[in-house]
Amino acid sequence: MSPALGLRAVGRPTLAALAAIGRVVLFAAATLGHLLRPPFYWRELGTQILQIGWFSLPVVGLTALFTGGALALQIYSGGARFNAEAVVPSIVAIGMVRELGPVLGGLMVAARVASSIAAELGTMKVTEQIDALTTLSTNPMKYLVVPRVLAATLTVPVLVGVGDAIGIMGGWLVGVTRLDFNSVTYLKNTVDFLEVWDVGSGLVKGAAFGFIVALMGCYHGMNSGRGAQGVGKATKSAVVAASVLILAANYMLTELFFTS
Amino acid sequence: MITLASVTKSFGTNNVLRGVDLTIASGKSMVIIGGSGTGKSVLLKCILGLVEHDAGTIALDGQDVRRAERDAFLARFGMLFQGGALFDSLRVWENVAFRLMRGTTKRPKAEAREIAVEKLRRVGLGSQVADLYPGELSGGMQKRVGLARAIAAEPEIIFFDEPTTGLDPIMAGVINDLIREIVVEMGATAMTITHDMSSVRAIADDVAMLHEGTIKWTGPVSQMDSCADPYVQQFIHGRANGPINAIR
Repeated sequence: MSPALGLRAVGRPTLAALAAIGRVVLFAAATLGHLLRPPFYWRELGTQILQIGWFSLPVVGLTALFTGGALALQIYSGGARFNAEAVVPSIVAIGMVRELGPVLGGLMVAARVASSIAAELGTMKVTEQIDALTTLSTNPMKYLVVPRVLAATLTVPVLVGVGDAIGIMGGWLVGVTRLDFNSVTYLKNTVDFLEVWDVGSGLVKGAAFGFIVALMGCYHGMNSGRGAQGVGKATKSAVVAASVLILAANYMLTELFFTS
Repeated sequence: MITLASVTKSFGTNNVLRGVDLTIASGKSMVIIGGSGTGKSVLLKCILGLVEHDAGTIALDGQDVRRAERDAFLARFGMLFQGGALFDSLRVWENVAFRLMRGTTKRPKAEAREIAVEKLRRVGLGSQVADLYPGELSGGMQKRVGLARAIAAEPEIIFFDEPTTGLDPIMAGVINDLIREIVVEMGATAMTITHDMSSVRAIADDVAMLHEGTIKWTGPVSQMDSCADPYVQQFIHGRANGPINAIR
């Protein structure tokens, strides 16, 4: 392969990737701009809080419950190698609130919400409902995008908080019933080792992940291609992009919060 | 009056509009005819600003639409979309009253509902339909709801995008008659795009033939059958042979 061909092979996808990042950044900036300027659609916001927050509770709760239980088993079995079984409550708590609660909660919401938003908005685009909104003097960014992004940014931290509690409870349940921990001691260790910032950092991560999930769902939905295939592709892209960005953002936030 | 001068629009290498010149007089009903994929819908969307044209001028009452204040400009329009474009998550009456419950024309909910029910009645739908969702309606009923939504705020200009596509001939006739009645009754300026010749004869005052991105012929509907333009003659008689390629 000649150097020119090699350069082209690297350059084209690089430029395409940079252009895609630029479009997403512009979309995010436009969303934030509309977030601050009226009109505000409160009823839409309420509906989205219900859709994104309340209806995601079962899936986030179940994920947290099983993760907390599995984490307790893993730490107990790993800790047994150097007689550190007693650290199970504190490690379960810290692991849940700092990492697993926000990340797994975010990923579950990404699977459920980003796909749903992208499919809904993509279908609206294909059936000209978004054009119809515009002709009815309603800005689709304000009416469709802002309520979804705001609702996800506000509710995912709450979901993460609830997930943290349920995950710790899952660990406690396994610790008490399967690993012979004393219930009171387990809970006391959990509370003693947890710091406010452990929980707070997880909630901040949750807000960031909520923003990412809704933004990706809206961006891919609003830019959906034609027909069922276009909507399907938009839905897939939204979930993949949201999941990857959550993991990348998690690393960066962890670096920012815990290594300085 | 809507005036288009040398309007062009391309999507990549596909030059859809190649210099459209057209005038739609106030209070008149203009029907744009042309084959599928000739840019009729793009032309309509360019006027509304849903698609930005590349060059040329589109003016409404002498003012360039690109410089017009967006909300005030759009408030003058109503539009019936090809597939209805009704909002699935809203009830029928909420769809019809959508504009009446937001922005500068905002009214109390009860009043907006009352107007919506009245507009539904105007298009031949009973009040029992008001609380249904669009998914519960037939295609013809959805078109009527779309029509009711288009006229709800009593706009000066109404656009109809393929109003009879997908309807049986009887329902198509009903929709055509409704459009004609409403346009005359409201004194509105209307622009319809269609390739249904029965719609053209029922709705139009004037007709324009769009082909290969330019207007090939325009004139009163009364002169359409006798005009010498080969594009119009081939199109209105549905002939496979002529200047328009049957396979595009």
